[in-house]
Amino acid sequence: MSSVHFVPVFLMLLFVEQLLNGLQLGVMLFLMSAGLTLVFGIMQVVNLAHGSFYMIGAYVAATVMLKSGSFVLALAVALPVTAAVGMLVELTVLRRLYERDHLDQVLATFGLIFFFNELTRMIWGRQPLFMDVPPWLSRTVELLPGIYYPSYRLLIIAVGILVALFLYLLFSRTRLGLQIRAGATNREMVAAMGINIRVLYTLVFGLGALLAGLAGAMAGPILAVEAGMGESILILTFVVIVIGGIGSIRGAFVGALVVGMVDTLGRAFLPQIFRLLFDSAAADRLGLALASMAVYVFMALILAWKPRGLFPAPGN
Amino acid sequence: MRAFLRNERLMLTVLLVFALLPPLFQLMGQEYLLSLLNRILIYGLAAASLDLILGYGGMVSLGHAAFLGIGAYSAGILAFHSYEGSAVLNWPMGLVLPGSESLLLALFVAVVMAGFFGLLTGSISLRTRGMHFIMITLAFAQMFYYLFISLDRYGGEDGISLFGRGHLPGFDLNNDFIYYYLCLFILILFLVLARRFTTSRFGLVLRGGRDNEQRLRALGFPVYRYRLICYALAAAAAGVAGVLMAHQGEYVSPGLMHWTKSGEIMVMVLLGGSGTLVGPLLGAGVLLLLEEVLAIYTEHWMVILGPFLILVVLFARNGIHGLLMKIGGRDD
Repeated sequence: MSSVHFVPVFLMLLFVEQLLNGLQLGVMLFLMSAGLTLVFGIMQVVNLAHGSFYMIGAYVAATVMLKSGSFVLALAVALPVTAAVGMLVELTVLRRLYERDHLDQVLATFGLIFFFNELTRMIWGRQPLFMDVPPWLSRTVELLPGIYYPSYRLLIIAVGILVALFLYLLFSRTRLGLQIRAGATNREMVAAMGINIRVLYTLVFGLGALLAGLAGAMAGPILAVEAGMGESILILTFVVIVIGGIGSIRGAFVGALVVGMVDTLGRAFLPQIFRLLFDSAAADRLGLALASMAVYVFMALILAWKPRGLFPAPGN
Repeated sequence: MRAFLRNERLMLTVLLVFALLPPLFQLMGQEYLLSLLNRILIYGLAAASLDLILGYGGMVSLGHAAFLGIGAYSAGILAFHSYEGSAVLNWPMGLVLPGSESLLLALFVAVVMAGFFGLLTGSISLRTRGMHFIMITLAFAQMFYYLFISLDRYGGEDGISLFGRGHLPGFDLNNDFIYYYLCLFILILFLVLARRFTTSRFGLVLRGGRDNEQRLRALGFPVYRYRLICYALAAAAAGVAGVLMAHQGEYVSPGLMHWTKSGEIMVMVLLGGSGTLVGPLLGAGVLLLLEEVLAIYTEHWMVILGPFLILVVLFARNGIHGLLMKIGGRDD
């Protein structure tokens, strides 16, 4: 019984660590959902292929990293490449779908997923790539007495927060941001004011792809880089956007952090809570099952309460 | 009216082809084609059931595979307990459901379960519109996917292997011919019912809600309820397809519920032509055949299939059905 006193301390350390993990997943999801929610909100296009940009970002970054050994160079190459691929996709396919219904958009972008997944298999093969954490980021940092955390993951959190800040300034302080926000509310009016809406659309799409590519490149060292890696995060991204409200960056930010937390904390603690309650292996499995379903249940609850999400954009 | 009749004629032609191909395959000595055709038929049933939601109800659901999976697992779990000699349910007050390999029982359980979960998830999903609806249906399907992955007892990610095709009094289902014609019979039954459903007053309200929801509401129709019933019925039909699929491949896995499966079924509907019932059958046929044929030439067939789908969306908007109707008559 002597260990009883240590349990609260141990649990607290674990809790703080999982909180940071949740934050890290949250900012990752924010990078993914910020671009996608703009594409949804402004262009009214359902883009299932957003996860492909994430995958491309990861592959390009991993390849450059393997060849050169420089993480900074890897990012510097991966970001413009994904932005370029994104704009190319907008120009060739997405642009023709703006006036179509959602069904056509789903089908065409589903085709894009097939294409990109198989293309990466043709270029890089079926074996996953493994990308190392750059040496200067492979240490752990003691945040609070007794709480150690990998510096690479801290970097991810910092980058995510910086991007959020950047987007906030972009949208609230610049002319481009003003136009984008206006486009989300009423695109006909924006076009009537003499703003080249086509160029604006391509730029927004490129920005979204770039952010997804950034997320992919940052995820490279902590996940296996493989074809189809975009889809698992894509679904979570959808959940974020739906919870936050389509077209709202603020909603994406709040939604991403909430989903990141619910998912991470659920996986970390639900099995343990169930073990305390039922004390058997079955409870463990039940806890895990519920943990993997937690975000979806959470989303269903939010939507049953607010069908348009927490922060619905005015135009939708 | 003429378009309607031509649609009927096309449907009869397609069903006739389905009925006549198996003996032909046997004459040619290509029996393995029968299992491909059987798969086309079952996927056709799943796609046609999605067409009720998609084409007639105008609801873009990206989670239909969940109901396919629920149906398949109904059959799989019943059979699993039958092999094991245990009960599926063993609740107090005599509420015991023993394992069973009966196809009819599996179909019954699948219809009830898929219909029930269709009603449950539909009642939440249908409160939303447009993109939200697409994504909430997708999320519900993923929820079921993860649920079944976590069921270790039923194989987790590996799923359940069935030994044989289950029992139906008077029929030997392990005979591929008999099983095929049974599936065809069920498909025809579904098409007859679905045709009556879509041309009934109920179907008219549903289509009215698709084309102009506000007007229908102004006329006093509770559009939500009509949609919900359609959604649940389609889910139940997908459950039937799931049972047939489980017994046909003698295998059940969570992969059936993965969202890409929902996407594939949706592709079948659009490829064939939505809102036609017969179109999804053609779509299922073309997609599965295309996969088989492309796979002969390259293992990277998806790199061709993807752009093909995009081209279909961009340039062949009404799918194969629209193409056939254009060729078939000049009187629209």
